Amino acid sequence: MKYVDEFRKPELIKKTALEIRRLADPNRHYRLMEVCGGHTHAIYRFGLKDVLPENIELIHGPGCPVCILPMGRIDDGLSIASKSDTIFAAFGDMMRVPGTQGSPLEYKARGMDVRIVYSPSDAIKLAKLNPAKHVMFFAIGFETTAPSTALTLQRARREGLENFSVFCNHVTIIPAIRAILDSPDMRLDGFIGPGHVSTVIGCRPYEWIAKNENKPIVVAGFEPLDLLQSIVMLLRQLRDGEANVENQYKRVVPWEGNPSALRAMADVFELRPYFEWRGLGFISQSALRLKESYAQWDAERRFEIPGIRVTDPKAAQCGEVLKGVLKPAQCKLFGNECTPEHPIGALMVSSEGSCAAYFNYEHGKSQLVSIGASA
Amino acid sequence: MCLAIPGKIIEISDRADRSALVEVVGVRRNVDLGLLEEGSAKPGDWVLIHVGYAMSKISERDAAEQMKTLEMLGECEAAIAEVRGYGLEDSEPKPVT
Repeated sequence: MKYVDEFRKPELIKKTALEIRRLADPNRHYRLMEVCGGHTHAIYRFGLKDVLPENIELIHGPGCPVCILPMGRIDDGLSIASKSDTIFAAFGDMMRVPGTQGSPLEYKARGMDVRIVYSPSDAIKLAKLNPAKHVMFFAIGFETTAPSTALTLQRARREGLENFSVFCNHVTIIPAIRAILDSPDMRLDGFIGPGHVSTVIGCRPYEWIAKNENKPIVVAGFEPLDLLQSIVMLLRQLRDGEANVENQYKRVVPWEGNPSALRAMADVFELRPYFEWRGLGFISQSALRLKESYAQWDAERRFEIPGIRVTDPKAAQCGEVLKGVLKPAQCKLFGNECTPEHPIGALMVSSEGSCAAYFNYEHGKSQLVSIGASA
Repeated sequence: MCLAIPGKIIEISDRADRSALVEVVGVRRNVDLGLLEEGSAKPGDWVLIHVGYAMSKISERDAAEQMKTLEMLGECEAAIAEVRGYGLEDSEPKPVT
């Protein structure tokens, strides 16, 4: 298999997998949630589950910023950009996400001016290149991405840019974790913490999970070894009856986070009283909006939006998969009506969505098993 | 989308906008340094880039490992496409011939 050569330290991977088997108490069933969509993607790609013992279950969390947006918000963004002389700008990830009347790409086919940007700062560049048009940037992402939008807005203000606005759908990870823990459907033993969100917020925001909820959380990197080591660290804590925040991704994540990023966010954004998440419902203080001082660049203030709540298609079980209550394959539409080629819901569109990851990788043999990593 | 792309700083812009010319696998584009402490990055330093902004400084060794990680994740092409697209260059997908 091609990927076998790409795994560095295969011996260490095998050793760590063995350590997991040694540590896992056969009388316990472990439910560990990886919060971040990037981790879900990695877990499926590497076939991590196949080297874990049967009694360790990985539950996929809601850390996919595209997946958690209700269809109504997509509609809202598209309706703003439907006005003539408006350009809808967004990351590539957004282009195929379905609204009720179609995705941005489908709107483009129908004549709307839709552009992919790879950076929010390029949305500003678009505005400068098109002075007769208004550029609306559809901003998505957790705390990893929000600082970049914040800096972009600071620049828009500094330069007095008039034909630019941001439709802000940034969400915050901690309230989502809290909502998961508060959910009666969920019984979890520990968390694999998000890697890149933590480069911004640091590890301190997770301390309440350990102290108040008594669950261990290990912030993890994205390689197979990172994830396996993080599971070892979680199992050790669970064995010893401990609940602490640990940082396995020290090479990238500083405990205190990124002060410049946090300052920029604090200058530009404030928390919405509540925001609707697909699957999790309304969560208080879980999303960002622009402060009054940036009102001129806030698409929601400048334009009328329908603001209509849209539920997912009846048969689609996006919400339950997002919460981790259902596995992707348990959704009735999975693999039939809903595939990456014709997705019904965002979880099948986004590279961080668990349905897309499951669909793309679950069929093949686990790469880790191929290097002999199972005991 | 949560790609953290390693790049090497080639040149710091002397404009007020705190940008730098960064090279990622041979592709050179401008990247914003506004999320790093002022003065902390110099030519030759390696940074992790996310949506056109340097998020943190990393060692050269970690940068090489991060590139390997992207390869492992199958995200290498997406990462290079993203970097190519910075500055609105190459932002329209090319038709496949």
